[in-house]
Amino acid sequence: MAAPDRVVTRAPADIPLLQASGVSFAYGRMPVIEDVDLRVSPGEFVALVGPNGSGKSTLVKLLLGSLIPAAGEIRLFGVSPRDVHDRWRLGYVPQRPVLGSEVPATVEEIVATGRLARRGWWHPLRREDRAAVRHALGSVGLAEFAERPVNELSGGQQQRAFIARAFASEPQLLVLDEPIAGVDSESQRRFRDSLLHLMHEHGAGVLLVSHELSAVASDLDRVVVLKGKVLFDGPPSKLTDEGVSLGVHPEDLPLWLEGLR
Amino acid sequence: MPWPVSALPYPFELGFMQRALVAGIAVGVFAPMIGTFLVQKRMSLIGDGIGHVAFAGVGAGLIASVWPVWTALAFAIGGALGVEWLRSRRRASGDLALALFFYSGIALGVVLVSLGGGLNASLLTYLFGQPLTVNDSELSVILTLGLGIVASMLALRRVLFAVVTDEDWSRVSGLPVGFVNNVLAILTAVAVVAAMRIVGILLIAAMMVLPVASGQVLARSFRATLRWSIAVSVGSVIAGLAASRFWGTAPGGTIVLIAAAVFAIVAVIRRSVAPRLPATEEVDG
Repeated sequence: MAAPDRVVTRAPADIPLLQASGVSFAYGRMPVIEDVDLRVSPGEFVALVGPNGSGKSTLVKLLLGSLIPAAGEIRLFGVSPRDVHDRWRLGYVPQRPVLGSEVPATVEEIVATGRLARRGWWHPLRREDRAAVRHALGSVGLAEFAERPVNELSGGQQQRAFIARAFASEPQLLVLDEPIAGVDSESQRRFRDSLLHLMHEHGAGVLLVSHELSAVASDLDRVVVLKGKVLFDGPPSKLTDEGVSLGVHPEDLPLWLEGLR
Repeated sequence: MPWPVSALPYPFELGFMQRALVAGIAVGVFAPMIGTFLVQKRMSLIGDGIGHVAFAGVGAGLIASVWPVWTALAFAIGGALGVEWLRSRRRASGDLALALFFYSGIALGVVLVSLGGGLNASLLTYLFGQPLTVNDSELSVILTLGLGIVASMLALRRVLFAVVTDEDWSRVSGLPVGFVNNVLAILTAVAVVAAMRIVGILLIAAMMVLPVASGQVLARSFRATLRWSIAVSVGSVIAGLAASRFWGTAPGGTIVLIAAAVFAIVAVIRRSVAPRLPATEEVDG
């Protein structure tokens, strides 16, 4: 019964990393998203945008398996999200991580937790794990902050630490939920560089949920506009044809999205 | 007592002081070890809640003429898993879940004790701790349970850290969140019961939390917090036992007061020597 759903470690390039087909979900009787299709393939960089209350966060929870769709089907690495055994293949950067922060924890300690699912949480971390953690720290420009307590960092630096935590497992799919909201431009540039690095070096696919696409506008393969339903799914150039700028005027997209409300 | 404990000078030259010292040091190591993870999980008071449930277990043991340590252990593990179940199912918030067990436990304990003929001296040793009357078989139980706790914590420390630091992310990342939380709950219950005879049910939580309060002031990493907490805790046990011998005070209470005093001192020194960096505007809650 479970055998066909088993995940092999190396995903074939022709199977989408993430595929939602006709997905609907409602909180009680309030429909939140209806008949949503979404697809992220290996090496693809997809942005998911939408006005506030458009169902983006709900969709992310469905895609990750935290919620079960009322209708439709979600395949993560070709299987149902809850049947994915090698969860390290998924890197996840939450919107605003609620950290237990009573006890000081260094950036390196936080980022190293990203390696646990890959290594097997009952195994001690080995030299290559340490190297992967250092590599992840370097790719977000936090190498010199490794020994600093996370709560002494700025908001942008903290967010980069959480991105590094997701990088540490060298994921095949990265899902980022509003990772650069309110982050300074230096951090945004680092963020872009590290995403491109992950895509080019590891062939990973990226799903970025964000309003602020100016830093990555020229790198996106597709933009998906969500407002309960998918209003648009295509290359950014096609969105530009409709008069929406992602790059030159950073405020343009949020304004346009608000106009959809 | 084997050498070198047997060769210790005053105030630890007598057999009962030496047994108290060995048992106390064991508690001094494993209580803050668990406590560091509980504090990070914002469940600092769970030791107290479990202590109250364990009190009901002691009452049950006294009625049933079973060694109360075993009944306390059974009640404490049941209570700890119950709190974790309520918390993880979001049936109740962490502190409300605690309160439910906390008050039911103490009420059940009072009822059971009244059925068993009311308060007696043996019950008081569980409530307030009496390390000076620990006998060899109790000492071996404390050491065995303590060794089990330390070994489990060392084996699970990385995944425990991930789960108590960011539970939602850990779940998405495929870490065994439910299993780890239940193991932590069970270890907390075992620690409460193992420490019960030393500091007493009413003060157990203090040894899980107060040294960690000092540790997180002194340290700048999770690992260092663990080490500092254990150092402060073991130091408080040794100083507390010695002080109670000098002045004839209750050992459990003296140990906890010293741990609290250490926190007051390190907090004041830390503040005057190296004030914490003010949070930048970008940092929020």
